[in-house]
Amino acid sequence: MRGITKRFGDLVANDHIDITVEPGEVHALLGENGAGKSTLMNQLYGLLQPDEGEILVDGEAKVFRSPRDAIAAGIGMVHQHFMLVPVFTVAENIALGAEDVRGGPLGILDRRRNRRDVLETSRKYGLPIDPDALVENLPVGAQQRVEIVKALTREVDLLILDEPTAVLTPQETDELLGVMRSLAETGKSIVFITHKLREVKAVADRITVIRRGRTVAPSNHPAAALDRTEGSAFSPDTSEDELAALMVGRDVNLEVTKTPSEPGREVLKISGLVVDDDRGVRAVDGIDLTVRAGEVLGVAGVQGNGQTELVEAIMGLRGIRAGAMELDNESLAGMGTKKILSAGVGYIPEDRSLDGVVKEFSVAENLVLDMYDRPPFGNAFKLNPKAINESARERVTQFDIRTSSAEHAVSTLSGGNQQKVVVAREMSRPLRLMIASQPTRGVDVGSIEFIHNQIIHERDSGTAVLVVSSELEEVCGLADRVAVMYRGRILAVVSPDTPREEIGLLMAGATSPAQASPDAAQEAAAQEEESE
Amino acid sequence: MSRVSTATVDEVAVVAAPDPFWNRERRLGVGITVIGLLATFVFGALAESKTARFTLSADASGAALSINGQVGTILFGLFTVAVGVIMLTGKARSWQTLLLCLGILAFVLSFLCWQVAGKFMPLVDTLDGSLEYALPLILGALAGVLGERSGVVNVAIEGQFLMGAFGAALVGTLATSVWAGLVSAMVGGLIIAAMLAVLAIRYLVDQVVVGIVLNLFALGITGFLYERLMQPNALKYNQPPKMPEWKIPGLAEIPVIGPVLFHTNLLVWLALILVPVIHFALKNTRWGLRTRAVGEHPTAADTVGVRVRGLRYVNVLLGGLVAGAGGAYFTLVSTGAFNKNMTAGAGFIALAALIFGRWTPFGALGAALFFGFAQKLAYYLSVAGSPVPNQFLNMLPYIATIVAVAGLVGRVRAPAADGVPYVKS
Repeated sequence: MRGITKRFGDLVANDHIDITVEPGEVHALLGENGAGKSTLMNQLYGLLQPDEGEILVDGEAKVFRSPRDAIAAGIGMVHQHFMLVPVFTVAENIALGAEDVRGGPLGILDRRRNRRDVLETSRKYGLPIDPDALVENLPVGAQQRVEIVKALTREVDLLILDEPTAVLTPQETDELLGVMRSLAETGKSIVFITHKLREVKAVADRITVIRRGRTVAPSNHPAAALDRTEGSAFSPDTSEDELAALMVGRDVNLEVTKTPSEPGREVLKISGLVVDDDRGVRAVDGIDLTVRAGEVLGVAGVQGNGQTELVEAIMGLRGIRAGAMELDNESLAGMGTKKILSAGVGYIPEDRSLDGVVKEFSVAENLVLDMYDRPPFGNAFKLNPKAINESARERVTQFDIRTSSAEHAVSTLSGGNQQKVVVAREMSRPLRLMIASQPTRGVDVGSIEFIHNQIIHERDSGTAVLVVSSELEEVCGLADRVAVMYRGRILAVVSPDTPREEIGLLMAGATSPAQASPDAAQEAAAQEEESE
Repeated sequence: MSRVSTATVDEVAVVAAPDPFWNRERRLGVGITVIGLLATFVFGALAESKTARFTLSADASGAALSINGQVGTILFGLFTVAVGVIMLTGKARSWQTLLLCLGILAFVLSFLCWQVAGKFMPLVDTLDGSLEYALPLILGALAGVLGERSGVVNVAIEGQFLMGAFGAALVGTLATSVWAGLVSAMVGGLIIAAMLAVLAIRYLVDQVVVGIVLNLFALGITGFLYERLMQPNALKYNQPPKMPEWKIPGLAEIPVIGPVLFHTNLLVWLALILVPVIHFALKNTRWGLRTRAVGEHPTAADTVGVRVRGLRYVNVLLGGLVAGAGGAYFTLVSTGAFNKNMTAGAGFIALAALIFGRWTPFGALGAALFFGFAQKLAYYLSVAGSPVPNQFLNMLPYIATIVAVAGLVGRVRAPAADGVPYVKS
């Protein structure tokens, strides 16, 4: 890809980007959230059209008007959010768009051939899948294999993987990295979009770093090891700290610095909590947890193991089936969210745009969403705009919210700054308990650092903090104790210094390390093969 | 070739979805038992102990099935209760749908025994009438299936009916050809469909709002033209030929079913053939797979090179043709002349049939026949001077739909992207 430029209104998402991918290499595309990695690759896959620049495949200039053109040129893509129809079978999903048909213009599906092709590809690349299973019944790891097989049956030469490890456990991640390597050995090229440095170091042959829509050139960074081929890619010998600095544009502190905690009284006490999800399926299945004043309890786990429902139950956003929740010995159950908030509970919800801010409201308005009816901001009848704006200006400075005015709508801010608005609002009240759910999802590295420091600051002032995150690094970095959640239960509470492999096994549901040994995985694979 | 195992721990332990005690079957069982008890004790007590005759012809003559009204009412009522109890035990899950149909059938028979006691009911006439009432509903609901399975909500079936009915009357009269009338009915449906498609797919207007507006538009324009053009000159503009009834020799001699299915007009056959054709095509063709994908997860379809909007246009327009043909029923089959707002809400009942039939062609057929039967029964009751107000039966489609949508008879699931316009990111 040469000189690719893509604009969305005033925003330049890609600014003259050059990138070359060689056959048989794993090429990592590294950058922060919102740096323009996915935008770039969506142009390569024909989902977006570049405003400037050209795409060359085997030296030949191509124009991709739609994914159809890209697929025809041998390019496949596995999207961050899986592009699978949940109510279709695996085979139907793989066939879609490239159906085997007979009966001429009638286009009757040839299911047998379709099924055989799926099994063939699955065997050939060692990606076990059941062609007749309904996708909605499959675990995410298996869905991802379906996505990869879907691309491979189209005989692609270049496979783009967009943040493929976001939903995987550490073990599944390692397996995926293995698959990527073995695909590269068969001569396929792989573009691996990620912001996780460890994975890049583990698998990439070359690394292209994108920052704010531009490639970061090695020449400006003499310290970085220079690449063996032409272009602006780095070699994997570049250190993690170096790569992080390249991503962000300045030195960043990847570690959260904090002093040992001084736990005080038990602030939040949960016992035997049972909560159902929206479909009435048990999501939280008998949880006991205690969070003490002045400590951070981290909840680790792969997304969808009941963390969301746990947090919603504590906040009074979801009814509970059984059990008790107490805040300083006062029952929270049935209290109502508004009362819980005014009892001194701060809440950073996991979905910022849905539950954290009202996007059309101004920064100032968003900052008082929880206190607009109390003096000095207002009373039961009217608001006091003067007090609201004054306090907003203060907090914009205090929490480093980058906006030219507190009167601008929150939707004009970047993800990181929107999150800072949420953090600023929640931390402006005297708190006893702070609940932070995915506090840095979709947030740039600079803001992550800031938000982490604010959370530790809150802890040091004696607040009990509960952090839920699917990023293991984040949980281990912030927490004083780590509770691992799996299928609605807490499997163990461990120290954050526990080796990540061990926590990873717990996240995969193994209560003792032997249960999820590589042998067990092999056996499972063998069984799956037999059942085919 | 290196072989990499990617089986993960999450596949070792397969999670079993917890099955609540009050599952779908048991909830249905309660419903069936309750209506069974109602039939046995209320209908049974009210029924006269006189003979109920169900004649196998279109009038009172000929062979008949006879039963004592009260005995029949109570017998079928008890049968309904029995079916309900079997469902309550929760042991006949795989027979669920069959049992449900049996239970409802027995309840209906119990009701009929009560009503017909001391009188007669001509079966051929009843079935014929049910099918005739159901005819536009089948075509309208199929039009809905085509559009909604691809993700475009079609509330404008009523408008398509009206335009179809009007077009058939006008062109049919001018050309003195019933076939020219049918074709222009389909064109009439197509015009409304085209407006729906452009506004909903191209301009992303809320599909329900567009549908309602188009209904009002169709009502307005056909009403205006009727008053200005047709009413003053009915002979010239509003006297379309009626659709001929054809008889298939041999098959038409089969008792009861023969005269209903094989001595009828082309439109009935068209509707009855379209049902399995659309069912098969949705399930087993490339077009069907893509249609369902576009209705469930358009982005996924787009990323594998399916033209989402194009396919939606095609399906909505096809639906317009089918609904327009349904509109032809009103002028070419039923009354023989156009009248202002003559469809009187049939398009909405078709929509109800679509939902009650769970967005499937056979489901829509079943629901349409059921609603058609209810309408015919309402007519029969009013003629027979029954104490049951026929308005109750006319309400049935709407009540059934509310019950279905409220999820009382299991999950009614619309296509996931139904009504959601597709915008490329």
